[in-house]
Amino acid sequence: MAATAFSASKFTQSFSLNSTRSVDRPPLFPASHPLKTTPSSFLGSTRKLSLSSPSSSTSRRRRRRPSRSPAVVAVSEVVKEKKSKSNVSLSNPLITNEEGLELYEDMVLGRSFEDMCAQMYYRGKMFGFVHLYNGQEAVSTGFIKLLKQEDCVVSTYRDHVHALSKGVPARAVMSELFGKTTGCCRGQGGSMHMFSKEHNLLGGFAFIGEGIPVATGAAFTSKYRREVLKEADCDHVTLAFFGDGTCNNGQFFECLNMAALWKLPIVFVVENNLWAIGMSHLRATSDPEIWKKGPAFGMPGVHVDGMDVLKVREVAKEAIGRARRGEGPTLVECETYRFRGHSLADPDELRDPAEKARYASRDPISALKKYMFENNLASEAELKAIDKKIDELVEDAVEFADESPLPARSQLLENVFADPRGFGIGPDGRYRCEDPKFTEGTAQV
Amino acid sequence: MFGIISHKLVASTAGGSPGQPILRAAVLAMMSNYSTATKQIMVREALNSALDEEMAADPTVFLMGEEVGEYEGAYKVRFVNSPLTPVSKGLLRKYGPQRVVDTPITEAGFTGIGVGASCHGLRPIVEFMTFNFAMQAIDHIINSAAKTNYMSAGNINVPIVFRGPNGPAAGVGAQHSQISSHWYSSCPGLKVLAPYSSEDARGLLKTAIRDPDPVVFLENELLYGESFPVSDEVLDSSFCLPIGKAKIEKEGKDVTITAFSRMVGYALKAAEILEKEDLEAEVINLRSIRPLDRSLINNSVRKTNRLVTVEEGFPQHGVGAEICASVVEENFNYLDAPVERISGADAPMPYAANLERLALPQVEDVVRAARRACYRSVPTATTA
Repeated sequence: MAATAFSASKFTQSFSLNSTRSVDRPPLFPASHPLKTTPSSFLGSTRKLSLSSPSSSTSRRRRRRPSRSPAVVAVSEVVKEKKSKSNVSLSNPLITNEEGLELYEDMVLGRSFEDMCAQMYYRGKMFGFVHLYNGQEAVSTGFIKLLKQEDCVVSTYRDHVHALSKGVPARAVMSELFGKTTGCCRGQGGSMHMFSKEHNLLGGFAFIGEGIPVATGAAFTSKYRREVLKEADCDHVTLAFFGDGTCNNGQFFECLNMAALWKLPIVFVVENNLWAIGMSHLRATSDPEIWKKGPAFGMPGVHVDGMDVLKVREVAKEAIGRARRGEGPTLVECETYRFRGHSLADPDELRDPAEKARYASRDPISALKKYMFENNLASEAELKAIDKKIDELVEDAVEFADESPLPARSQLLENVFADPRGFGIGPDGRYRCEDPKFTEGTAQV
Repeated sequence: MFGIISHKLVASTAGGSPGQPILRAAVLAMMSNYSTATKQIMVREALNSALDEEMAADPTVFLMGEEVGEYEGAYKVRFVNSPLTPVSKGLLRKYGPQRVVDTPITEAGFTGIGVGASCHGLRPIVEFMTFNFAMQAIDHIINSAAKTNYMSAGNINVPIVFRGPNGPAAGVGAQHSQISSHWYSSCPGLKVLAPYSSEDARGLLKTAIRDPDPVVFLENELLYGESFPVSDEVLDSSFCLPIGKAKIEKEGKDVTITAFSRMVGYALKAAEILEKEDLEAEVINLRSIRPLDRSLINNSVRKTNRLVTVEEGFPQHGVGAEICASVVEENFNYLDAPVERISGADAPMPYAANLERLALPQVEDVVRAARRACYRSVPTATTA
């Protein structure tokens, strides 16, 4: 295996793996952050418990920083510098007018769609587990809007907005959530299992960490097609989205290792929203700075402000570019927040309201709006027109889903196998699937 | 059974019918044949009280899992039936974070840690948020926990309990609806329990915690919020139910219906419907899947000569298959009809609500199977 994992490129020059100098970088949470100063023995918790015996909470308290040698600089610093320079001359914004409108539209679509999901759930049209993405739109839009149709996206159960950003029509997603046969998975998958072959969305997985090896496999395929099947122009990149809770899971580390070992064209995107249901990231992780896990496996690790779509986009450009050029994987940690609970069944009582308010003030959609006004990239009217368009789109999706039929009974045993002869030979000596009524099953309801 | 009677009573007394005093007297008379049912508790409370008492009695017992500790939080009544209301409510406050351990989301890791702790002298209770997630830890359940006593020739035993909700809830999709009862029960070295009522939950969990071997304790999410009447005996802190003994929930003479966990409720409802057709079904609540109470099942089949097995899991190699084999081996000449197996559909659980209903056993399916076993005429074609 080649010893040098990094070729000279603007992106990687910031990441010198073998350097031992300790870089003075701002901490993940600034000193005034309440999470750092709370005296309770449960970091990240709003509750103070009175326990009869003293618990060894000192071990849980945030580690005093030893002399570190994090050889990786967060690229967000680079972007911050760029931006602060460009604030002086407004003629150098990071995006064009069209790009800005595209990003805005995608984020507003994500937000409106999720809000509509909540409404529909409480009206009983949606059921089961529904996990909403409010607040994290910058990550999905920032990354996925840079992809081509052939690039793959693999997500978790919080996948509605990834599907929408990737191009799955809102009607198809809404129908799927209603359990109708016109859904993107014919009503068989549901909220947590969005798949689309046309848009290369490989799921939608219920267990955290489950999607990462699948994404790594998709990246493996891309590299295989280029090198073994000799499809010279196959430079497809895969993005794996997952959360902070997943970063303690074994599958994550196994895939970081293999992706770096084989230089697979993948970007691991951590949507660090600080909470895994009710478990604060700080209570579950020995070293909460996830980006540091990248260099441990031989790939760059980057931390970026996930509430700012432009910063995310800059980092994404670099990471995706790196993967496309065949230079290997990148680990990007996006610091973001979910405005709603873990799922619509989660009463969300453990999170500090002050924390929620702080992140709400950093709403990515408002931030982008502000940026576009300040840099004269769009007018109020244009943005309002987009808002209206999206509202109509989502309403239309709901109507479509409402009017769509439920799956037919005959769909029950369809799609279990790609070759339904897998159901075997029946008592009459013929393949079971040859009986036209076979897929209806035998229940009588 | 009591649940159904007491619910009916509540409904009728609410209406203020003239037959009220007669009805009440009749019910009381019936109840006096069994232990006096004094309180109604939810399965969730039963499990919680069992955990509480066992942790109080033995300091080496500790609970670990995801969201077992802090998440119990300030659940007002409106969330009592939320799927995320944990069974471990209140335990963190009482026992502290070192005995109620919130883990990161690493099933393989923390299950292994639990097994290691139990090999070395502690008695952990490992809670899985659902048994679907336990698939990530199944290596430790089977290879580390189940086989260690054997491989070490009795040197090291593993007194661990793996518990959590098992099986489909409502509309949660393919990956969250797996039933694992038959997988674990095929593995020697494990004991597999599946409670139905609050009495089962309390008694079996206490026994499981006190047991020196690894026990897989399969609860059911949809049963957590159901209340069942319990006697004072059940509420006593030393109440234990033996492993390996099933319970006859309702006696009958025409057909035996075996079920476990939520399907016991369905079997009982089916039995009620069959009563109207003069078919008396004997409903057996298995309680223990491994070891199966083969003698009780076989005795019942010798009495009724017909058998229907009910389960929610996939049909091939299910619990019903094992029961059927056992009965055919021991009571071949007593069987008057082929054994009927009711199970879930042979497909991953669909999300769409109407398909999900088709993919799970319903009460009518059990009724039809019982009628078929009793040679009553039944429409054979599947009606749309």
